[in-house]
Amino acid sequence: MASRTPFLLLIITLIVIGSGSIYYRHTEMGIPLTAGEQIDIWQIEATVEFSARNNAVNATLTLPQDPHFELVDEFTASPAYGVQVIRNEETAEAIWSKREAVGRQTLYYQASYKQNNNLPEQPAPEDEAVADVLPEPYQTSANILAELAYEKSGNNSFYVLQVLDLLNSSNQNLVLLNSKYSKTDIFVHLMKLMKIHAYPVKGLVLEDGRRNQQLFPMVKIYVKDKWQIFNVEENSLAEEFPIIVWQENAPSLLDLEGGINSKVLFAISHRSDSALSDATTMALKDDYLDLGLYSLPLAEQNMFKGILLLPIGALVVVFLRVIIGLKCSGTFMPILIATSFIQTELVNGLVGFILIVAIGLLIRSYLSRLNLLLVSRISTVVIVVIGIIVLSTVFAFRLGLTEALTITFFPMVIMAWTIERMSILWEEEGGKEVLIQGSGSLIVAVIAYLLMDNLLIRHWVFNFLGVHLLIMAGILLMGQYTGYRLLELKRFTPMAED
Amino acid sequence: MFSWANPFKLRSRGVMGMNQRNFSYIGRYNDRSLYPNVDDKLKTKTLAIENNIAVPDLIGVIRYQHDVAKVFDLLKDHNGFCIKPAKGSGGKGILVILKTTEEGYLKASGEIVPKNEIIRHISNILAGLFSLGGTDDVAVIEALIEFDPIFKGLSHEGVPDIRLIVFQGYPMMAMLRLATHASDGKANLHQGAVGVGIDIATGKAKRAVQYDRPIELHPDTGKSLTDIQIHDWERLLTLSAGCFEMSGLPYLGADIVLDKNKGPLVLELNARPGLAIQIANGMGMLPRLQHIESLDRRHPSIEKRVAYAQENFND
Repeated sequence: MASRTPFLLLIITLIVIGSGSIYYRHTEMGIPLTAGEQIDIWQIEATVEFSARNNAVNATLTLPQDPHFELVDEFTASPAYGVQVIRNEETAEAIWSKREAVGRQTLYYQASYKQNNNLPEQPAPEDEAVADVLPEPYQTSANILAELAYEKSGNNSFYVLQVLDLLNSSNQNLVLLNSKYSKTDIFVHLMKLMKIHAYPVKGLVLEDGRRNQQLFPMVKIYVKDKWQIFNVEENSLAEEFPIIVWQENAPSLLDLEGGINSKVLFAISHRSDSALSDATTMALKDDYLDLGLYSLPLAEQNMFKGILLLPIGALVVVFLRVIIGLKCSGTFMPILIATSFIQTELVNGLVGFILIVAIGLLIRSYLSRLNLLLVSRISTVVIVVIGIIVLSTVFAFRLGLTEALTITFFPMVIMAWTIERMSILWEEEGGKEVLIQGSGSLIVAVIAYLLMDNLLIRHWVFNFLGVHLLIMAGILLMGQYTGYRLLELKRFTPMAED
Repeated sequence: MFSWANPFKLRSRGVMGMNQRNFSYIGRYNDRSLYPNVDDKLKTKTLAIENNIAVPDLIGVIRYQHDVAKVFDLLKDHNGFCIKPAKGSGGKGILVILKTTEEGYLKASGEIVPKNEIIRHISNILAGLFSLGGTDDVAVIEALIEFDPIFKGLSHEGVPDIRLIVFQGYPMMAMLRLATHASDGKANLHQGAVGVGIDIATGKAKRAVQYDRPIELHPDTGKSLTDIQIHDWERLLTLSAGCFEMSGLPYLGADIVLDKNKGPLVLELNARPGLAIQIANGMGMLPRLQHIESLDRRHPSIEKRVAYAQENFND
């Protein structure tokens, strides 16, 4: 064939440029070939719930400014609310507002934090700590307690330990104080009596998979030339979990106008991620091969991390169809399903997908009796799919299955088309063919998901853009493959017999 | 259960795989702009009549909703007929009426269809209910085919037809497709229909397969499948070979039925014919395809191509 040479040249060019850029970025730019060190990412979701009183609503949620944690990304989700996140030296807050709100309202704020290892030096307090004067007889009791602890300690840090001990004793003075003040308040007061800087803060215990959590009262004190955090309310606080200080300088966690019965609940999940390549230093180096990806804002970078995984999915689809001969419904539907699996996790995703398609097929079988035209039929199925998603989400939420909430990540129009195709297939070729193609699609989706979820592959597709040229060369080569598909070897077994 | 063919053995026997069919034949020879010639049944029929290719008689075409009631004028001289969507796929929307009776129209299943049901069916066709992508369509009304009695006892419920692969106008492989109870009256091999390989030279059955495995007798009727001889074979080959000029597609599948009175008629053409015909014939089709590709000069006349095929493609 005459057109063979330019085609081969194209392939060779793609391979040379692709591997050349990978080599260059590895050796010259020092980008490691493996994903490297893993960092802990904490994903925290705050849910604000309240009843609106039929007029304007302004809700201000205080956000953490803990130097021990670095914000990776954040987003807010709230229907029909205007949202603003304000961050400056003193405050960090998310403000939702709406002209008119009726009934129970739910607002979401979600953020990912990574633990910050190189802490900036925190400034020492400039002024002297001054204790407020409590009304009698509480002030006298406080003085007695301070005296007791002071006598048993040689320096400020021992004083702190003594006070902590006292707070858990059954001392009469403590009982008296505790009848009016919380242990946190007493602790702060006793610290200030000794001129130790102390103030109450509220923190969140970061334990993976916890839901409906609330902030914990804690005390931040300055001893031994550094700020430390103590929990004085109870000693049951497990040591192994990190604590993020959520509310420090703000008087309240939630400032709500136009609503009553508010509550704020937190859900925490943990994931490991490959250490973000040192984006700033890389962007500073003059490098054209990354197309300036690293200089994009974090949110866009994350978006591209997702988009750049799609070629992997395409490669899987081409391979499984051309080389293996797997039948699946819709060429790229499995890739889109695989990308939603990334959001939903595999098991949740599989269950959700099968659930939606099964219910959809049931309803679609009724629609086919109505003799509707294609466009209106598909549109009906789209609405039905949305209905299934809404209903199952609400139902799961009531049961407390937050895992099921991720079902909303499925692309609805794609799901509707899948249902439509499967149902036509069912009518024309029977349920067996639906099972073959349906499971074929799921196999493709699962394989694509497993590859796309692989840390090394994620690292490569984002940091070595040359990989995509190699993938393209591979896909082009497979497009010229005229040999047997693997499953054809099975189909044609009678032909090889004598 | 898990037995796999050796790919080198398959290759040496000239078995063509799906990738090779798509890339080396359909992709290379069949011009996409010619696909409507075979995908639109009305266009196929018009082309066939222009090219003197025998097809089932066209009773009429209903194109617009306001003409739907005129269907009864068209039908009054015909006892049995068949209403099809021009762009239908997979046999959807085909209504076959065997006989016109006092009460209404008799379907093959014995059901009586009233007049308003005929109107509704045509309206659905016009609105695109059965067409690919739901686009507007026209309803084609054809005379009923009276099946040749030689197939009596060979096909369960459905229509027996002969699929020929025609490459560059040379008929090069043939198979008779018989519906079974398992295939639910359909002629698709993967649904359980029986495929009978037919010798291109003589029109005699070579062997029969169901579910890719050789069989001797029809699974429902018990009739022997191996002593079928299709009469008028040369006429049938000539008809299929003419479909090349008519459609312009070099790699073509022609579905032909035998009518009791009119002989072979082209029912449908296919631009992407499947590969099961190789299993029914027990042989790969690559050697014949390559034989035709290697011809120095192809025969311009249909008769010469048929004669050449009969001479060279015998078993």
